[in-house]
Amino acid sequence: MSTPLRMPAVDAPRANPEVRLNVEQASYVYAPNPSQAPLFTLEALSFQAKAGEIVAILGPNASGKSTLLKLISGALAPLSGRVFLNGFATHSLSPKVRAQRIALVQQESQLLFPSRVWEFVMQGRHAHSRGLHFESQEDVTTATNALLQVGAAHLSERWMDKISGGEKQRVILARALAQQPMLLLLDEPTLHLDIGAQVDLLESLRKLAAENRYTVVVVTHELNLAGEYADQVVLLQKGKCLRVGPPASVYQRDLLEQVFQAPLSVELTTAGRPRVTLFADK
Amino acid sequence: MRPLTLGRLLLRCGILAAILFVVVVIALKMGAVQVSLYGLGRDLIHVLLGRSGALSTDYGMIVVDIRLPRILLAIVVGASLSVAGASFQALLRNPLADPYVLGVSSGAAVGSIIALLIENQLSISPAYSGLLTPLCASIGAGAAIAAVYFLGRREGRIDSSTLLLSGIIASSFLSAIVMFLMSTLSGGNLRGYSYWLMGSFSTLPPESLLYLLGIGFLIAAGAIYTTASDLNLLLAGEKEAMHLGVDVHRVQVVVYVAASVLTGLAVSVSGAIGYVGLLIPHAMRLIFGSDHRMLLPAAALGGAIALVIADTAARTVVAPSEIQVGAVTAVIGAPFFIYLLRRGLS
Repeated sequence: MSTPLRMPAVDAPRANPEVRLNVEQASYVYAPNPSQAPLFTLEALSFQAKAGEIVAILGPNASGKSTLLKLISGALAPLSGRVFLNGFATHSLSPKVRAQRIALVQQESQLLFPSRVWEFVMQGRHAHSRGLHFESQEDVTTATNALLQVGAAHLSERWMDKISGGEKQRVILARALAQQPMLLLLDEPTLHLDIGAQVDLLESLRKLAAENRYTVVVVTHELNLAGEYADQVVLLQKGKCLRVGPPASVYQRDLLEQVFQAPLSVELTTAGRPRVTLFADK
Repeated sequence: MRPLTLGRLLLRCGILAAILFVVVVIALKMGAVQVSLYGLGRDLIHVLLGRSGALSTDYGMIVVDIRLPRILLAIVVGASLSVAGASFQALLRNPLADPYVLGVSSGAAVGSIIALLIENQLSISPAYSGLLTPLCASIGAGAAIAAVYFLGRREGRIDSSTLLLSGIIASSFLSAIVMFLMSTLSGGNLRGYSYWLMGSFSTLPPESLLYLLGIGFLIAAGAIYTTASDLNLLLAGEKEAMHLGVDVHRVQVVVYVAASVLTGLAVSVSGAIGYVGLLIPHAMRLIFGSDHRMLLPAAALGGAIALVIADTAARTVVAPSEIQVGAVTAVIGAPFFIYLLRRGLS
C-alpha cells in the first residue's frame, strides 16, 4: 500500500488550523462499468469539522449517507475532490495508519466463532501493535479504559453472543475507542436500540467527543437525536447535499417536509435545539 | 482480561509436543514385530547421534528404516492438512471448510497425476522429477481453491452453503478427471494409484522428497503464521478487518498460496486424506479458543498427533494386511462433519 501522502499546503487550506476533517468537493459515482449509466451519483459536497465536534449525516434511504461515510473513512476514493484528515487524504493512507486515525462503528458485526468481550475490544489495538501482536500492558490499559468510558467494564469477561443488543453496541463502540482515533465514524448506531439506549449512546458520544477531542461523524435517520446532539448537520437527498450547518439553521419545515416526504412541524426548545414532530396523516 | 502471552503459547505447544512424542514412541512400538521400549530408546539415541550403523538388531532396523520415516511423513502431512484447514476456515469464514471438502485435495491429486504423465512422456532427469510432483500438486490445489472461491460467491459475497456445494461439485469433477487420467496410465499402476488416491502412507516417497516436504511445510506454515493476528480480525469480515488495520488483500494472497502449497505437498506424497483439516482445527478451537496465534501451532501439532494415531490404526487393526489411512480419517471425520453441519443449521 502507498505511504501516507502529505498534501501540499495549497491543496489543504490552512485558513483554520482547528479544522480536523475537511471534505473538499468530494464526489462519487457507482457504475457497473464505465460505458453504462451510473447507478448512483453522490454530487460534490464540502464541509469541515473541528476536534470535539459531532457531525450528523441525515437523509432518507438511498440519499448517499453510507457512500459519504465510506468516502470519509477512506474505504472509497472520491471520484473528484478530496477528504483530508489533519491534512492527509484518507483514502491514500495504508490500512494500518488509517485504523490508527479513523475508527468505524458499523451496524452489528457477526462473529464466526464466539469470543469474549475483552478479546473483541482488544481487536481495536491491532493497528497499534507489531509482529505477532502480543498485547502489551499498555494495550490492556487502553482496552480497560475504553470499556470504562462506555460503561461496559462489567461485561469484560462475558461472551459476545450472550449480551444484549444495547450492550453489544457499547462494546463495539469501546473497540473503536481502543483504536484511539482522531475521527470516530458511526453508521446508524441507533438502529437496533430502544429509545432509552439511543439517548444513552448519544449522551456518551457527546461526552467522549468533548473529553477525548474526537471528531465524530454519525449517519442516522433520527432527526430529533441529530437535532439534539449534533453541532453540524449534513442533509442529503438523492445524492445531493442540500444544506450544511447547525441543526437550528438546517431544520426548516419546508425543507424537511420535501426531503422526508412527510408532513411535520419544527419548533425550537429553550436550549435553541430544533424539535421535529411528525404528523401521522399524510 | 488475560491476553495471550508468548510464555503461555510456548507452554501449551510444549505440552502438545510432549503428547506427540509419546504417541510417536507408542506408534514405533506397535506393529507385527515386537520391540522393547528399552531397545527402542537405545536405537533412537543412536539415530539422533547419527550412528545408524550401530543399531543393535534387525528389529532396530525395522523401527528406524520402516516405521520412523512413515511416522515422520504422517507428522508433516497431518500438520500441513490441519494448518491448511484452519487457514481456509478463517479466510472463507466457514467453519466447515477444509482442503478435502473444498475439492482442493482433488485439485492437488489432478496436479500430481499430470506430473506423473509429464514425467512418463518427457524424460526428465530424476533430480527434477522429485520436484515436479509437489509443484504440480500445489498448482492444482491453488487452481481448485481459486475456482471454488469464485463459484462460491453470490452477489460479491461468499455464501456458506454455495461455497460448500461448489467444493463438492469441484471435488467430484476433479475426481472424474483423475479417473480419466489414471486410465491412460498403464494397468499395473492403476491399483497403486487408486490406493494412493484414498490416502495412504504405505509407499514412502524418496528421501529427497521428504526433506522438501519438511522444508516446504516450515516455509508455508511460517508464512501463514505471520498473518495469525490478521486472521483473527478477518473472522469478522473483510470490510471490518480492513477498518481495523488489516491489509486484507496481502493476507488473502499469502494465505491462499501458502495453504495451497501445504495441501499440494501433503497430497503429492500421501494422496487425498480427508477430514484432518476439518476435525483438528475444531478440536483445538474448543480447547484453546479461536485466537490464530495459538490455534495454528496447536492445529499443526494436533494434526500430527491425529494422523500418527490414525496411521498406526490403519496398519495394525487388520494386520497383517492394512487399510488406507484416508479410510480411517473418513470413518471418524464424516459423522463429525454431519454433526457440525446440523449444529450450524439449527
